Amino acid sequence: MPPSTAHPSAPLVALRGIGKSFPSRVRALAGLDLEVRPGEFVALLGPSGCGKSTVLRIIAGLTKPSEGVVEWDKATTVRKGETRLGYVFQEPTLMPWASVFDNVALPLKLKRMRKARRIERVEVALDRVGLGAFRRAYPRELSGGMRMRVSIARALVTEPQILLMDEPFAALDEITRFKLNEDLLQTWDAMRTTIVFVTHSVFESVYLANRILVMAARPGRISTEVVIDTPYPRGRSFRTSPEYVGFCRRASEALAVAMAVGGQS
Amino acid sequence: MNVRERRDRPLRIVMPILVLGLGLAAWEAVVRYKHIPPYVLPDPELIWQTFVADRELLLRSLLVTVTTTLEGFLLAAFGGVFLAILFNQSRFLEYSLYPYAVVLQVTPIVAVAPLLLVYLPQHAAVLVCAWIVAFFPVLANTTLGLRSVDHNLADLFSLYGASRWQILRRLKLPSARPYIFGGLRIAGGLSLIGAVVAEIAAGSAGAGSGLAYRIVESGYRLNIPRMFAALLLLSLTGIGIFYLLSLVNYLALRRWHESALARES
Repeated sequence: MPPSTAHPSAPLVALRGIGKSFPSRVRALAGLDLEVRPGEFVALLGPSGCGKSTVLRIIAGLTKPSEGVVEWDKATTVRKGETRLGYVFQEPTLMPWASVFDNVALPLKLKRMRKARRIERVEVALDRVGLGAFRRAYPRELSGGMRMRVSIARALVTEPQILLMDEPFAALDEITRFKLNEDLLQTWDAMRTTIVFVTHSVFESVYLANRILVMAARPGRISTEVVIDTPYPRGRSFRTSPEYVGFCRRASEALAVAMAVGGQS
Repeated sequence: MNVRERRDRPLRIVMPILVLGLGLAAWEAVVRYKHIPPYVLPDPELIWQTFVADRELLLRSLLVTVTTTLEGFLLAAFGGVFLAILFNQSRFLEYSLYPYAVVLQVTPIVAVAPLLLVYLPQHAAVLVCAWIVAFFPVLANTTLGLRSVDHNLADLFSLYGASRWQILRRLKLPSARPYIFGGLRIAGGLSLIGAVVAEIAAGSAGAGSGLAYRIVESGYRLNIPRMFAALLLLSLTGIGIFYLLSLVNYLALRRWHESALARES
């Protein structure tokens, strides 16, 4: 993959020559290279089953690659026990037995942060996703969209340098998804953390990201890159602009090409 | 609870009482009409009179049996949960000991009780019987519960570098809670059975004063009404234990677990 010209700074994390085979002999990934620079919003776009989630898991260290290396920027090495990483799963993945507050506080509790500081951080994170009033509610008392907000607040509470999001809004209805897209952009704008966002929605990836990496399947690899150079903040009007439509067409075409090379699913 | 269940609620209380009334009336009628002597089959009225007349003796025996049951139950509850945690932490221990837990469970307790009485003082033997019968469902259920952890939540904990102890305390044990309570509900009834079995075995050896012993003793004396009265008490004790544990289960899980939630229709 040619290095992007949009961000000349050193990558925060780089995957080089990553391959992953599962015990069932399925080659999920092969020869995958990608770089994520500080402050970027990168979308990984691809058909289902192309190994997008596996890429995220490898970045997070939850899965070991069979080949290749994950290189972190020297200054920001993530050691075990440290949490410079936030992860948002496809499902909200909340503890059903704990209140919203306790769910968001979990990462800090695991780090044994002192109570006073913990409460303060959790409150900031909850306000950020607009759930300050729901701290005592239990997950099952919330709607799907609100649960996902809790999940995002939990990922943000450690103020991670990089936020990994694995199709977080795929299970939500369109209205909720649009709203959460907008809110996520606002939050990102305010925090300027780095985000890697996995999605199979062309529209979502164009709206959110400043760089889309289109993946091909069987085995999973990066096929092309589409740079979305529309400046932030991107309001609701961006969704209906000719510029947006143009980007969507380009991303769709790139996806079609990737799917043609990658074989039929 | 759906509409139909709600509408039927009075019926669910009235119908069993009606059946009880009809059954008792039929019983009474048959005994009177056929002139069955009380040492063959006493009528309900006589059983009640016997119960009132012998109440001091019977209630004292009840206290003995309930105490044993409770002690056996507590031992089973703590022992079962403790063993399950141990097995969960060390596969080595699980492989070594689990088969013997199964052996204890599948060997009929009635056959084991006389042997226990040979080697242990009577009170200890009765307690061990109650424990043997009751601990296995707690162990099996807790083991299942500790393994039924949401995979994404487990990933999240490892992402934040949670220690073994933190994973056990904040993830595995709370996830297992509904399973543990399920096991306890079974164990409650079983510890009563264990206590009764041991008392009967001990009774024939000539000692003991629990309710089961009263039944055996009354049988020798052909005091059939008292046998029925003692049986009635045992039965009520079982029902009481079941509902008490159901209540505890409900109180502990009502905020979050599906099994304990009232659904709006």
